Amino acid sequence: MSDILKIHDLRREFKVGSQIVKALKGVSFSVESGEFLTIMGSSGSGKSTMLNILGCLDKATSGDYFLDGVNVRSLDKDALAQLRNRKIGFVFQAYNLLPRTSALENVELPLMYQSGVGHRERRERAMHALELVKLADRFDHTPNQLSGGQQQRVAIARALVNEPVMILADEATGNLDTRTSYEIMSLMQELNQEKGKTIVFVTHEPDIASFSSRTVMLRDGLLQRDTRNTDIKSAKEALAALPVTDDY
Amino acid sequence: MSFINLFRIALKALKRNKLRAFLTMLGIIIGVAAVITMMSIGEGSKQSIQNTFSSMGSNMITIMPYNNMPMPGGVRLGASSVQTLTLDDVDKIREQVKDISAISPGVSSSGQAIKGSKNWPTSLQGVSPEYLGIRKLSIQEGSNFTDEQIRSSQKVCLVGKTVVDNLFNEGENPIGQIIRFGKIPFEIIGVLSPKGQNTFGQDQDDIIIAPYSSVMKRILATTYIQNIYASATTEAVSDKATDEIIAVLRANHRLREGAENDFDVRTQADLINTMSSTSSMMTSLLTAVAGISLVIGGIGIMNIMYVSVTERTREIGLRMSIGARGKDILWQFLTEAILISITGGLIGVVLGISASLAVSYLLHWPTIISESSIIISFIVCAFTGVFFGYYPALKAAALDPIEALRYE
Repeated sequence: MSDILKIHDLRREFKVGSQIVKALKGVSFSVESGEFLTIMGSSGSGKSTMLNILGCLDKATSGDYFLDGVNVRSLDKDALAQLRNRKIGFVFQAYNLLPRTSALENVELPLMYQSGVGHRERRERAMHALELVKLADRFDHTPNQLSGGQQQRVAIARALVNEPVMILADEATGNLDTRTSYEIMSLMQELNQEKGKTIVFVTHEPDIASFSSRTVMLRDGLLQRDTRNTDIKSAKEALAALPVTDDY
Repeated sequence: MSFINLFRIALKALKRNKLRAFLTMLGIIIGVAAVITMMSIGEGSKQSIQNTFSSMGSNMITIMPYNNMPMPGGVRLGASSVQTLTLDDVDKIREQVKDISAISPGVSSSGQAIKGSKNWPTSLQGVSPEYLGIRKLSIQEGSNFTDEQIRSSQKVCLVGKTVVDNLFNEGENPIGQIIRFGKIPFEIIGVLSPKGQNTFGQDQDDIIIAPYSSVMKRILATTYIQNIYASATTEAVSDKATDEIIAVLRANHRLREGAENDFDVRTQADLINTMSSTSSMMTSLLTAVAGISLVIGGIGIMNIMYVSVTERTREIGLRMSIGARGKDILWQFLTEAILISITGGLIGVVLGISASLAVSYLLHWPTIISESSIIISFIVCAFTGVFFGYYPALKAAALDPIEALRYE
């Protein structure tokens, strides 16, 4: 399997007043196509900085980052935007759906920034993405007509619609209760195992990590541990094992 | 990103907040409507002044005495007191100037017209029969006086409708009746067709016309005349006719080379220009005020766009994270601003035209909606959208996606 993502000796420094804060102090790892990677770490571990760099929202101070064979270092702002548009699907903690806009239109959004995708194709692909997250029947609902879990599924559909090489999730279950989190994780696992999507999931919850195939632990800007998960828990089973009284 | 997508994105963003989009538009709507209405009222009044003058005879040339030389003691006299024009001048002009079709001396006197127990303050014009043609007056009933009646200074007159209304009972036939102007009795031989008020509110029917010889001899007791009225053969030659008249009068008055004219010749065109300039100035002032409201509308757009950029920081962050470039965001916000101003402009044009029509219908003010006023105000408002939308859009485009996504 080929490397989707490869970072080498990645460093990121911020200037805060007169002090230089080192958020990342030389991190190297690579992610193969089809992996489900969780990046864990407590606050201040450099997790968010890592996410921003992996998501091409930020650039490293030094070190290389290859995404699908492209060295991100050499790209300018517009090229980065292009890269985000074509290769990355973001899922955020707060869903970040456009208010008063239907699920379908929310999902269509990334394609709006791709010239060459016509109106009809955009609609079809968005519908298809909504089918993948099992929300095709709610395509015309606006976010305030959807539950938190459903909103996050719309957000996942939005991340899928441009057929990215990697889905980048930032605490995607952070705003959800256990049951809904498991539903989302079950969806993620399905996308990973059945559709072969590469997923990078940033979280600080250990039980979320247990659903992934590999966990990278960051601590104080350094890679503390990189473990391959041999015993991947099934989110579907975990969901089934939840007490029924939890259902509301 | 294609233009159509850009347009779609901006339209959707505006649709999400219809009330605010409308309120933002309101400033532009009012501004554009005000500019169009003011310009149409101004244009209308200008046109109505011109109509007044052409109804008075657009070929008319008026010659007045003029004397810039102070009297002994330094007093300078007004035109009516200066006695430089004579009947001889009228004859010379009639003989020598080819580009005029009619000419009449003019003397006037104001005073009470009396009939029985009724009286009415009016003015008496002493002219030749040609005067009616020059001023585009016509006789409704009876007949004009003749050259023979002028030669014999007969006491006959033509009266306007207002004079008839005020001196005679309703249904009474004024023809053949005798009225007195001051102490002098005049026989009414004709009644003029009514012309109504002119733009300046003057009643054009409040007039008595009599042979100039009668007025000069019997009322004013003078040998000088106060005005000469002439009519150029066409409007186009009125300037040429003016020059010829000046030459004839200078020769007749034996003015030396370099000496100032002791008369003043004015064409209707001069008068129109003078009168229109006041109305033009009013129009400019009103339009300027309306223009200011358009600018305020633009500032309203800017204000709302700034608020909108701040409020939608997360949206901007999201759009950037899913692949919008800075310039995509810039164009989106700019397009929103332009859409607001152009839509507002279109509504404003419709409203402005309706308001102009309402003004002419309800207040009976003359209004003329010119294409130029519509085009100008529309271009100004589109420009306003670009100008006032640019800075907020620039601010949006310059946001850092990481910061924007975290913005609470």
